[in-house]
Amino acid sequence: MSKFKAHSVLPGFNLSLGYTLLYLSLIVLIPLSALFFKTATMGWSGFYDLATGERVLASLRVTFFASFAAAVLNALFGLIVAWVLVRYTFPGKRVVDALVDLPFALPTAVAGITLAALYAPNGWIGHYFAAYDIKIAYTPLGIVVALTFIGLPFVVRTVQPVLADVEAEVEEAAASLGAGRLAVFRRVIFPAVYPALLTGFALAFARAIGEYGSVIFIAGNMPYISEIAPLLIVSKLEQYDYAGATAIAVLMLLVSFALLFAINGLQWWNSRRGTR
Amino acid sequence: MSITITNLNKQFGTYKALNDINLEVRSGELLALLGPSGCGKTSLLRIIGGLDVADAGKLLFNGEDVEQRNARERNVGFVFQHYALFRHMTVFENVAFGLRVKPKKERHNEAEIKRRVHELLDLVQLDWLADRYPSQLSGGQRQRIALARALAVEPKILLLDEPFGALDAKVRKELRRWLRRLHDELHITSIFVTHDQEEALEVADRVVVMNKGNIEQIGTPDEVYATPATPFVYQFIGNVNLFHSRDYASWTEQHGDAVAYVRPHDIDISRTPQDSTALQVEVKLVRAIGSVVRVEVAADGSSEFIEIELSRERFDATTLANGDKVFIRPRQFRVFQTGGQHELSAA
Repeated sequence: MSKFKAHSVLPGFNLSLGYTLLYLSLIVLIPLSALFFKTATMGWSGFYDLATGERVLASLRVTFFASFAAAVLNALFGLIVAWVLVRYTFPGKRVVDALVDLPFALPTAVAGITLAALYAPNGWIGHYFAAYDIKIAYTPLGIVVALTFIGLPFVVRTVQPVLADVEAEVEEAAASLGAGRLAVFRRVIFPAVYPALLTGFALAFARAIGEYGSVIFIAGNMPYISEIAPLLIVSKLEQYDYAGATAIAVLMLLVSFALLFAINGLQWWNSRRGTR
Repeated sequence: MSITITNLNKQFGTYKALNDINLEVRSGELLALLGPSGCGKTSLLRIIGGLDVADAGKLLFNGEDVEQRNARERNVGFVFQHYALFRHMTVFENVAFGLRVKPKKERHNEAEIKRRVHELLDLVQLDWLADRYPSQLSGGQRQRIALARALAVEPKILLLDEPFGALDAKVRKELRRWLRRLHDELHITSIFVTHDQEEALEVADRVVVMNKGNIEQIGTPDEVYATPATPFVYQFIGNVNLFHSRDYASWTEQHGDAVAYVRPHDIDISRTPQDSTALQVEVKLVRAIGSVVRVEVAADGSSEFIEIELSRERFDATTLANGDKVFIRPRQFRVFQTGGQHELSAA
């Protein structure tokens, strides 16, 4: 044990590490390993058949593509929201700041129903699009809308403090050196917030992959088109096909883990190039 | 490049940061804006640099109105108190920044940029740090890099906002001298803001003393120290003893409500009265600090301390001890009306 322990003035390393491991085991590792054990009961061939089934693959595709699209949208607009909240003062700024957290607090089903009503072809927003023959609710587009709503706070809340940390002086220095607005953003601000933006993106992405409650109300849930993987899991459970449900979960877990691992790697590579 | 400022005004809410400022900065000089915090000196510097906009007044560079030009069109180098270096860039990239963001047709090629950055890093004697990041440098090094970065775009004017304010005393002294040498080499019109009188007097060609949005005095370091124009300058630059006419009528020559300002080193001490205006005091404290001896005395029955500075030779001749009764007399003093700027007499 002592080999891993760097000398530190802070006491309690053993205790806190032990607690961390116990906590992680109870909350994360044991439930996840149960998932793998249950899946193992169906055997390799059963797993393979299920994993390569048309419907499962389609649902995974919908889930990951919609989540990715939503996370990209959030990264873009979350950055703007964070920028506005950090750099400007305006009446009602605190209210806007509080609004950002609302998607955290709202029951996701409520969000889903509300969004479905708004974006339905006869809804407040949906009927403008319906005029151009664009359907949002009950299509994959609706899924993206719901997932964007869910993921917004992640980007804003991770970028905000980092952006606040970039002093206005740095921008002034860049301007007095002759940099235009675009150059200031591209060369000074963006590189500073990029790691945080990536973290926010990863969080929003991960959250969107696991989202269930809001999506099912707006998606229309048509197999092969707008059926998300979590819904498929629930329907398997309803048919008492527990092993099938956990198998899909394992698939999602593996893909998510690989993606998040890649994002982390990107961040690590990035932080080695620069310093913080 | 000369700078002409006429009737410049700036207000933040109800607070008047700059009150009708008139100032002429000569081409190639090193000018210090000196004053306590909140006196408007930084506001003035930021307006010259185009980082802030004045409410009223004119600002001319070489006789040309620059009000419509923003910071990036003014060709002004700005050095900030807290360096404002780009953290994610190496020292080299920081210095190269100004060269890289030039419009395409003015931009130098990579080899030329490289040559010039190394030239500048040589100038600030930090070429060996080119590949480091700002977080790996000491404060003094960072400020020198910030200066090199500002000089990279060959500014016609260099503005420094409390450039040494965040550094410790020893580094500050070193950089001060270094800045003076650098200025003597480059002769860029430079303005630096400071609240440290020693810094202003030591480095600048001329000093502008500011207080509450007003200019109190403009002059060479010697002028502002030896002949302060106002009571504020007297008190802000160097130490001074105040003698109110109420209590020390013989010195102020009874000009009604007036105060005589006397520098601590302009007071003579003697065991016998020098003349009829000499004041009898009691020695309260004697402190020898390096080459000077500071003596605190108080008049009989007065709780006000008078500070006197003696050279060591002079002190050795008198050898004072606490409790001694001695006589003091000012060699040189000036009298101002109480609370006003009006000078009444000088001796």
